Order: sequence, then C-alpha cells, then structure tokens
Amino acid sequence: MRSMSERGASLEVVDLVTTYGAVQALNGVSISVPAGSITAVLGANGAGKSSLLRSLSGLVKPKSGKVLVDGQDVFGMAPEDVVQRGMSQVPEGRGVIAELTVDENLRLGGLWRSDKADRAKAVEEAYALFPPLDQRRKRLAMTLSGGERQMLALGRALVARPRVLLLDEPSLGLAPRITAQIMGLVRRLCDETGLTVLLVEQNARSALSVADHGVVLNLGTVVASDDPATLAADDNLRHAYLGF
Amino acid sequence: MDRFLSVTISGLSGGMIYAAVALSLVLIWRATRVVNFAQGAMAMFTTYLAFTVLEHGGSYWVAFPIALLTGLVLGAFVERVLVRPVENGPPLNAVVVTLGVFIFLQGLAGLLFGGRFRSFPAPFSNKNYNLGNVSTVSPFEIFIVLSVALVAALLFALFQYTDVGLRMRAAAFSGEVARMLGVRVGRMLTLGWALAAVAGSLAGILVAPSVFLHPNNMDGVFVFGFTAAVIGGLDSPVGAIVGGLGLGVLLSYVASYAGGDLQTLSALAVLVFILMVKPNGLFSTTATRRV
Amino acid sequence: MADKPVEELAHADLADGNNVQATTPSPVVGPSLSRRGPLQYTLVRHLGLAVLGGLALLLLTSSVSAYRDFQIANVGYYVVAVAGLTVLTGLNGQISLGHGALMMVGAYTAALLLQREDPLPVTLVLVLCVVTAAAVGALVGAAAARLRGPYLAGATLAFAVGLPGLTSHYSGRLGGDNGLSVSTGPPPESLGFDFPGERWQAWITLSAALITLLLLANLSTSRVGRTFRAVRDDEVSAELAGIHVARTQVLAFVVSAACAGLAGGLLAVVSGQATPGAFSVALSLSILAGAVLGGLGSLAGAVYGAVALVALPSFSSSTSDRFDLGTDVKSNLPLLVYGALLVVVMLAAPQGLQGGVRRLLGLFKGRTPSPVRNDSGTDVSVSTPER
Repeated sequence: MRSMSERGASLEVVDLVTTYGAVQALNGVSISVPAGSITAVLGANGAGKSSLLRSLSGLVKPKSGKVLVDGQDVFGMAPEDVVQRGMSQVPEGRGVIAELTVDENLRLGGLWRSDKADRAKAVEEAYALFPPLDQRRKRLAMTLSGGERQMLALGRALVARPRVLLLDEPSLGLAPRITAQIMGLVRRLCDETGLTVLLVEQNARSALSVADHGVVLNLGTVVASDDPATLAADDNLRHAYLGF
Repeated sequence: MDRFLSVTISGLSGGMIYAAVALSLVLIWRATRVVNFAQGAMAMFTTYLAFTVLEHGGSYWVAFPIALLTGLVLGAFVERVLVRPVENGPPLNAVVVTLGVFIFLQGLAGLLFGGRFRSFPAPFSNKNYNLGNVSTVSPFEIFIVLSVALVAALLFALFQYTDVGLRMRAAAFSGEVARMLGVRVGRMLTLGWALAAVAGSLAGILVAPSVFLHPNNMDGVFVFGFTAAVIGGLDSPVGAIVGGLGLGVLLSYVASYAGGDLQTLSALAVLVFILMVKPNGLFSTTATRRV
Repeated sequence: MADKPVEELAHADLADGNNVQATTPSPVVGPSLSRRGPLQYTLVRHLGLAVLGGLALLLLTSSVSAYRDFQIANVGYYVVAVAGLTVLTGLNGQISLGHGALMMVGAYTAALLLQREDPLPVTLVLVLCVVTAAAVGALVGAAAARLRGPYLAGATLAFAVGLPGLTSHYSGRLGGDNGLSVSTGPPPESLGFDFPGERWQAWITLSAALITLLLLANLSTSRVGRTFRAVRDDEVSAELAGIHVARTQVLAFVVSAACAGLAGGLLAVVSGQATPGAFSVALSLSILAGAVLGGLGSLAGAVYGAVALVALPSFSSSTSDRFDLGTDVKSNLPLLVYGALLVVVMLAAPQGLQGGVRRLLGLFKGRTPSPVRNDSGTDVSVSTPER
C-alpha cells in the first residue's frame, strides 16, 4: 500500500480542563500518544470522551492545559487551524455531509491544502483504500449505508494527509463485521504509514483489540491508563467502566 | 385567448424578477437559516444608488454593475456585522435584526433621496413585439429573462463546479463538519450573503422601470419573492426559480382579470395555502438538495 | 412623562406571571381580603392602580398645552397597539408584522361607522372596531397558528403590504389613496363651551389605554395567561399538559388583533382621517420597534415603547426644523432610528431595554432576575433545522 500520510507526529495532552458554563467536563486530563501508535480512550456515556475530542480539535475552547502535536501547541486554536497543523478529527458516521456527493465529501477534506495535484492524488488514494466508495462517486452521501459513511468520513480525513487522527466512535451503529474491518484498517494505516491515532470508543472490546495503549475516562478524569491486555484483564475496571 | 397568451408571457418575465428575489432568500436561508427580511430594502437601496449614477449622467451600463456591486458589499456587511452575532440565537432575534435593517434602509433612502416616485429607465424598449394578433414580449422583458437566467446560471456554476462553491455548500449544510475539514465557515457565510444580495439587487434594478423608484417600492416585490421561495421549499434554488415563474404567471392573471391592487393579497393566499398544504414546499428537500 | 402610574399598574410581569401573588407579603392585606383568592386580590390591585393612574392623567392632561394633549392622545393609542403586540410576542411567542394592517381594519371601521348620517356614539364605534379587528385577527390567527418564526413573519408582512391595496380596489367605498375623513364632533357640552378638543381626545385614548392595560394585566395573571406562556415556552409540554396549542395561539392573536383594532379606531378619531398611507409596513414595524424597545416582557415596557413612538418623531421634527433639514429628513429620521434601535437592542440587549433595566434591578437586589428564560425573552419555538 502507498503511503497515505506523512510520518506520524506525537500527540501530547497535558492537564486539559474544559468547562461548559459551571459544569466541568474535563478535569485535568493528560494523555500521551507516541507517534505511530493507537491509543484507545474508553468510558461510559458522559465520561468526557466527546468533550475531549471536541477540545482537541478546537470545536470547544478548553479552559486550560496544553495540546501538543509534535511539540507544537494547538491549544485553543480554531478547528480550521488545528487541521492545518496536521490533526484531523473523524466525526461519527453521521458527520459526512449528506447533501454532498461522495466525491465532493472527499475533495472537501483536502481543499485547504495548496498543492492541487497532491489533493487529487490523495482523493484517488482514498478511493483505492475504500473500493465501495469508488463505485459511488457521484452518489449523495445520504444514500450510503452506515459502514460506507464511516469509510467516507475516514477517507475524507485522510485526504488532508493528517499526522494525528482523532477517531470518534467509528463502531457506532455498525455491524460487528464492518466494525472489525474498520478497526483492522486503522491498525494497518498506523503500521504502514506511521499515522498516530486517538481512538475514542464506547465499544471497549473492539477498541482494545487494535490499540497499543488504553485510557479510561470517568467524569472527566483519567481513572486508568495501561496497556490493553492489562485493562481488559482488570475485572473491576471492566465492570465499572467498560461494560464487558 | 390572445390576451390570455400575452398575459401569461408578461407573467413569466415578472416571475423571473420574483425568482431572483426568491433565489437570494433561498441562498441566505440555506446558509444561515435566516430569512433576510431586509432583502427588498437592500435591493431598493442599491437601485437608488444606480439611479444616482444615472442622474449624474452615467450610462445604464455603468449604473447596472454598480447596483450589483454595492449589493455585494451591502450583503457582506449585513451578514458579517449585524446578523453574525445573532445567527445562533433564537430565530426571532435574527428576524428582528433583518427587520431593523429593512426599516433603517427605508428611512435612509427616504432621507437621502426623498419620498417622491421616480421613474427609472429601462435599457431596452418596453414595446411588445406582435406575433399576428398576439402581443408577445418586449425587448426589455427578454433582457429581464436573460439577465436573471444568466445570473442564476453563474451562481449555479459557482456553487456546483468550483472549490469555493463546494466550501460554501459545505458551510451551509453542516458548518461544524466543514470547520473540522478546514473550511473558514464564517467567510463562506459572508460570501453567501454577498452573492445572494447580488441576485436581490438585480431584481431591484429590473423591477424599477415598472414599479417606479420609491423607498417602499420593493415591499410588494419582496413579498412575491418570499412567496416564491416558500413555494419552492425555501431551501431549493431550482424551486425558487420555478416558484417565481409560477407565481409571476398567477399574479399576472390576477392583475389582468381581477385588479392589480389584489396581487399582494393573492400572494398571501398562495403563501398560506402552500404552508398549510405542503409546508416543505412543492419541491421536497431530498430531491432538490441535489442542486 | 404622563405615565408613571400606568407603569405601576402594568407591573403584571408577562415573563413571570405569578410574581404578583408570590412577592406580595400577606400582612399588608386585610384579613377579609386575604381570604379571597389571589385572583380577586390581583384584580383589586390592578383596578386600584388604574383608578390612581386615571386620576393622575386627568390632572396632567388638564394642566398642559393643547399640543401636549394631542401628543398624549397619540401615546394613548400607541400604548394600546404596543401592549397588544407585547402580549402576542412576549406572552405567547408569536411574531406579527401585520399589526399596522389590523389597525387599518379598526380605523376604517371607525371611519365607515362615523360617516353615517346618524353616527353611533364614539364608545360604541370603538367597541365595534375591536369586534371587526378581532374577527379579522381570528382569520389571520387561524392561519398563523400553523406557522412558525420566519414563516409567520413573512405571512403577516404580506398581510401588511397587501391590505392597503384594498382601498384602491374598492375606492368607491373606501376612498382610494385619499382615504376617508373621520369626524367625532366637539367634546360634550357638559364639559364647558371652550373645553379643548385635544384634551377630550386625550381623555378618550387614555381611558381606552387604561382599560386595555387593566384587562391585559388581568389576562396575563389569569389561567389563560399561563396557558399563553406555557405554549410560548414549550409547545410540546403544553400539549402534554392538556393545553390546546392551536386554540391558544389563535386566542392570543385575537386578543392582540382586538387591541390593534381599538388602536386603529382611536388613531382615526385622533387624526380625523383613515388613509392607506398611514398604515404602511413602516407602521407595523414601528409598533414592533415599540414592543421590542419595551423589552417584550411587560406591559410597563409597552408604555415606554409607546412613549418612544411619539417622542421620537416629535424630537426628529423639532430637530429638523431647528436645523432646517427639510421634510425628507423630518419624516424619515424616526424610521432610521427605529431600525437602528431594533438592530442595536438585539445585538446589545436581546431582552430589550426593559429587560435590561430589570436585570440591573435584579443585580441591585442581589437576586438572579427571573425573566431570563432565553436570550430574547421571546422564544418563538421554531424547531432548529439541522445545519
């Protein structure tokens, strides 16, 4: 497979605090993702997983802390600037723009980059990676199945040639077989291109199966951080937070 | 029968003007979920600016682009400075802001240009060609149809086939996702309002020869444009144009067979009827978002 | 100026209907009174304030010049119109850009009735203005109840733009662009031979305004007022609570239209004519500006708004006369200011001036102000479309 991204960059989250009015969503979260590895962020609904992603990508302005992409602080930047620093968020499957065609969605992913030729190349690479999309280039995204939408969201983020990928619940609403395919693909991207991935998942079992490291969030605080096997073996943790 | 034909034809050219207003409303609604109640007044104001150029000896072909350009600037200004702060608030706040701009511009126009009715020239003859017994269409009406069609086609091409158009559509359909993909959504919305206002200003300068120039002269035209936009579902550009043409023909019948003073109330009846029977317009969104 | 006591009467707070009962300490009330229900008590309180206000206004109108009396007469009908719109928008969450047209219905009703050989007494004519405008309001309201936010605004705007066209279409009966003249005759002889007509007119409109405020204040604290608010705040919950949403919205529109009709009838009486030009879209938007300036939240705000609607044109007129700016400036400056105020109020203080004042008072008293339900205080609940 051809390289889809530049060499991955490390992601360092230091003591991140995010509040919505009086409510504290993130309570000083620190996570370190080495370049070229996958870290899974797990936790129940309301644990702060979405707040974490939104704070990293700039959709929500965090209150304090640091977000270092390859040592460069992107804390508090607008989402459109964070993308240009090499960190792309893949929204949940519904985050494809339903009114645009598959091709338009993909092209949109790279529009901010000035290298036109490479933009077109990156789109073709995404098609090569996801053949079902290739057959549906001119179809509106609203006509796609859940799995295809997830592929489209992932492919679209890759067109930006990110160094860090933030994945939001890629398994949401997907059949287990499709989930396994997507997870496998993320692992492959990581191994072959050195992409760095922060994988936020409710489906802890499938996330831990591909991750190099796992972090468990509860009420906006990191309650566990360990390698996947250790986390999966911890019965208390599993029952309390991971639900399997 | 002959009269019926010529009434229909003149309705189509009037409908093109309503279509232009409707198009501007639709583009703005699609981008920001705001109905720009100031659109009529903005068009009135830019037409006055064109009139000022004519008064100072400028040619129609200088005044015409000036109306469109000032519309562009005015649209951008209104969105960026006045509407942006309330865009995400309760819908009524944005409505009230555009109404404020509406009445402000009416007052300003009255203050600067006076409350007299002024006649505004047409660049081509208003005399209809005759085809046998049927009085068909005038050169100016052809100009109306062609210029609105041209502007609509240019807008369509811009939205559909250019990168900036793709960004604008993405910003309109899903602002948050667009931002995640590096689109400067705010700029795109401003640009969307600016382009929409150009379509509105075009309608203003085209309708002025028949309704005269007056601070209130676009009120009725705005109502027709709004009705046309609602007929089309408020978020379908193609629906706006078809709605404009249909309404134009209908109102032409009303004016010719019942009385011109009843046109606005007829438009109201159509508006209420559509909203009661098919609140999403005659063009359901899933089919028309292809546009 | 004229309206201090009226304000107090109007303290029936639209945003928080039960504050009258809740904040009044009971010891003040005599035992016999307190045994009555809170509703009767509120009514007595409102009635007392209305009488006080009436007395104060009587003194005021008797001590100022004829021109001031004329201005006060104008304030009177604007109070009626703005209060009506405040109830519709502030209490029930519906917007109307058609109130100028509803005023026109009232004005033409008055003109047609007073034109007859043997005219009816003014009071009866005004009651009939209320009835016709309420009937038209029921029609518009029936359509409006199905419409939301911008759609409702657009439809009522179409009504405001379209209705004056009828006067040309039926120019034989309605007098075309020149309209109809309205004559109510001199003040009653019992008031004395040289009683100023302006003062008489001020008395008419102020009485109407006081009665309107009294009725609206009671309405807003009544069960009906609570259903209005419930529908405004959340239609679905209101429906679940057994409130007939559409019927409530139509009722609010009818009440509001009745006020507009009365205001229109009064306008015809004061100005001595009913012309289509007086009921342009600009009038509808001015009424809205008055309501927004008043904060859309209380009847007291409506009084401020109405005063502003008279004071601004008067100020603009005297300013342009002083600097010799000409009629174009004189007649358009108020519009310009209304427009600017609408925008500025929405950008700076989305609750309107009155809301801002209340918030300040709340700060001084060290409590959180109650009326802040949302940013505008006027949630027209349009289901937010997905973007």
